[in-house]
Amino acid sequence: MQYKSQAVAKPYFIGALALFVAQILFGLVMGLQYVVGDFLFPHIPFNVARMVHTNALIVWLLMGFMGAAYYLVPEESETELFSPKLAIALFWIFLVAAGLTVVGYLTVPYATLAKMTGNDLLPTMGREFLEQPLLTKMGIVVVALAFLFNITMTVLKGRKTAINTVLLLGLWGLAVMFLFSFYNPDNVVKDKFYWWWVVHLWVEGVWELILGAILAFVLIKITGVDREVIEKWLYVIITLTLVTGIIGTGHHYYWIGTPEYWQVWGGIFSALEPIPFFALTLFAFNMVNRRRREHPNKAATLWALGTGVMSFLGAGVWGFLHTLAPVNYYTHGTQITAAHGHMAFYGAYVMVVLTIISYAMPLLRGRAANSNKAQVAEMWSFWLMTISITFITLFLTAAGILQVWLQRVSDNPMPFMVAQDQVALFYWMREWTGVVFLVGLVVYLWSFFVKGEEKAA
Amino acid sequence: MSGSFTTTTARNIFYGGTLFFLLVFLALTFQNEQIIPQRDQREMLSNPQIAAGKKLWETNNCVGCHTLLGEGAYFAPELGNVVVRMGSKEAVKAFIQSRPAEGVPGRRSMPQFGFSDQDLDNIAAFLDYVSKINAAKWPPNVQG
Ligand code: HEC
Ligand code: HEM
Ligand code: HEM
Ligand SMILES: [Fe+2]
Repeated sequence: MQYKSQAVAKPYFIGALALFVAQILFGLVMGLQYVVGDFLFPHIPFNVARMVHTNALIVWLLMGFMGAAYYLVPEESETELFSPKLAIALFWIFLVAAGLTVVGYLTVPYATLAKMTGNDLLPTMGREFLEQPLLTKMGIVVVALAFLFNITMTVLKGRKTAINTVLLLGLWGLAVMFLFSFYNPDNVVKDKFYWWWVVHLWVEGVWELILGAILAFVLIKITGVDREVIEKWLYVIITLTLVTGIIGTGHHYYWIGTPEYWQVWGGIFSALEPIPFFALTLFAFNMVNRRRREHPNKAATLWALGTGVMSFLGAGVWGFLHTLAPVNYYTHGTQITAAHGHMAFYGAYVMVVLTIISYAMPLLRGRAANSNKAQVAEMWSFWLMTISITFITLFLTAAGILQVWLQRVSDNPMPFMVAQDQVALFYWMREWTGVVFLVGLVVYLWSFFVKGEEKAA
Repeated sequence: MSGSFTTTTARNIFYGGTLFFLLVFLALTFQNEQIIPQRDQREMLSNPQIAAGKKLWETNNCVGCHTLLGEGAYFAPELGNVVVRMGSKEAVKAFIQSRPAEGVPGRRSMPQFGFSDQDLDNIAAFLDYVSKINAAKWPPNVQG
């Protein structure tokens, strides 16, 4: 750690990991409800568990991005953070708001929560991933703006590098696109159309800039390859991302009442979206192969390479699988979508946040890298979590193919609920694999407490 | 990647390329807005029940279990075409009204929302409106 103010990243990383645990526990609850339908009903209905699962995911990833920014921007800009105090205050505001929102989901019926929090003034709730009460949404905007102010001021007073420029572009883009969550027309077609400007243009747009910047930063540090080379790669990757990803939004406009030309535009451009993910994989492996130093943090290197591979598989390969309109006609809104969602989110965003945590946390705790023993534990958790999400994806894909066949393709299409019964075996396998994922997460957290011989920073 | 292809070149291509494709996307969006009035049944929205029904749809988080035109959760049946599948708005209302508060033992369960008759009319009007949107022949069959 070169600048004192980088220390504010630590609470963000710890808060993110706490929410990660909550996300997985509720994932397991839902996984069980898939096969034991009345589990916890009516106390925690499926939809409530789902909101906690997905919203915790989004919020902990945002916390991870913020932590990453607080850690890397001072180092890139070669100056202390504009205001460390503001950063700490925002952390607590964000954590308390997230906590209260979850408590709200779990303790009052959703309709009551909507009433209590002013949804009547401006209805924004009850849409997938954007379930947060108006107050929480406004809180997110305020925290994001204050955070961006802090980070932007830091960059402005210091050195401007490609990495902190790209990171800033991504973070500003994230905040700007979120504003579309306040637009909720009665017209369902328009509602859905602009809803994707938040969801798609986040994960297949601006978030990839954040991903690229974080990965580039870690790769510079652990490989010692010239900044010039790494920054060039970064620009090439994000060019490919936005050139394909913006119009790629059209792959969500096939069946929601929008014109049919989107089947062509969305199909072609989104079919190219795997290219930037492939470039990311090449980038990570190339830089590690050309490394100029042996960084003692092997675990961080593993996470960085893993991000490359798994984001390509989850987003690139599993995305491509169902992105062309003739395929999507059958797979739209099935377990195939869920399979892709899991591997893509894990492979790209979970892994990149764990990469920066893996690299930065030892330094924040005053050592160059964790002890060998701690790193071995961390690498075990890498394999446990990564292999189990792979199997979760495979089981959901199997369930999805059967679902499509039974419910949409065969001569005598089955009703939804009947088809679900037929594929229950795969849901059981998904659930048990989810338990292995949880074990991996516990090993991961435990690795922070493993002692052993450490090199000083 | 070396020689004349410098970081500055890469950066300029990034800004230029992004701007260009962003403009194309905005043009497509503009075109989209011109065409959807023929497909989205907006005339029906003059019936205030539909907006009220959409609000009930949202404030009870139906999308947390169901899909609507294929978007949402995959735990319970697609509802974009449910009025067609169940045959009438009345059947949809009767189904929603008859959910047991304690759920169905061992089966995936839907909450009892305690809707008034008027709420039920509104929800049914909303689902009926969605079923009339021109969704390019999706879903493939009535099972959704
Ligand atoms: C906790 C999850 C959950 C929520 C929330 C939920 N549903 Fe359901 N819904 C289900 C399940 C599960 C079924 C299938 C029930 C069965 O077949 O026994 C179902 C079935 C239905 C059906 C019949 C579909 C068919 O084809 O048989 C309708 C209509 C329906 N729900 C409407 C709604 C509406 C409207 C809302 C919001 C006000 C809603 N649901 C909220 C779980 C839910
Ligand atoms: C890291 C990047 C990505 C993430 C995190 C991600 C995540 C998701 C999620 C969560 C959904 C479900 C949305 C919903 O609930 O309706 C989804 C849908 C979809 N994604 Fe991705 N995705 C990524 C990249 C890609 C790429 C690169 C492609 C194409 C090559 C792609 C193609 C699709 C398609 C076609 C759908 C719609 C599925 C349907 O019709 O039901 N995704 N994605
Ligand atoms: C422990 C293992 C996990 C289990 C058992 C689990 C289970 C589930 C279930 C049952 C759903 C709801 C599917 C539906 O709508 O019907 C879901 C949705 C989702 N989960 Fe998980 N999950 C797990 C881990 C994860 C992880 C690690 C991530 C992130 C990387 C994740 C991200 C998501 C996302 C993005 C959705 C929304 C998907 C969509 O709409 O397509 N889950 N999960
Ligand atoms: Fe997308």
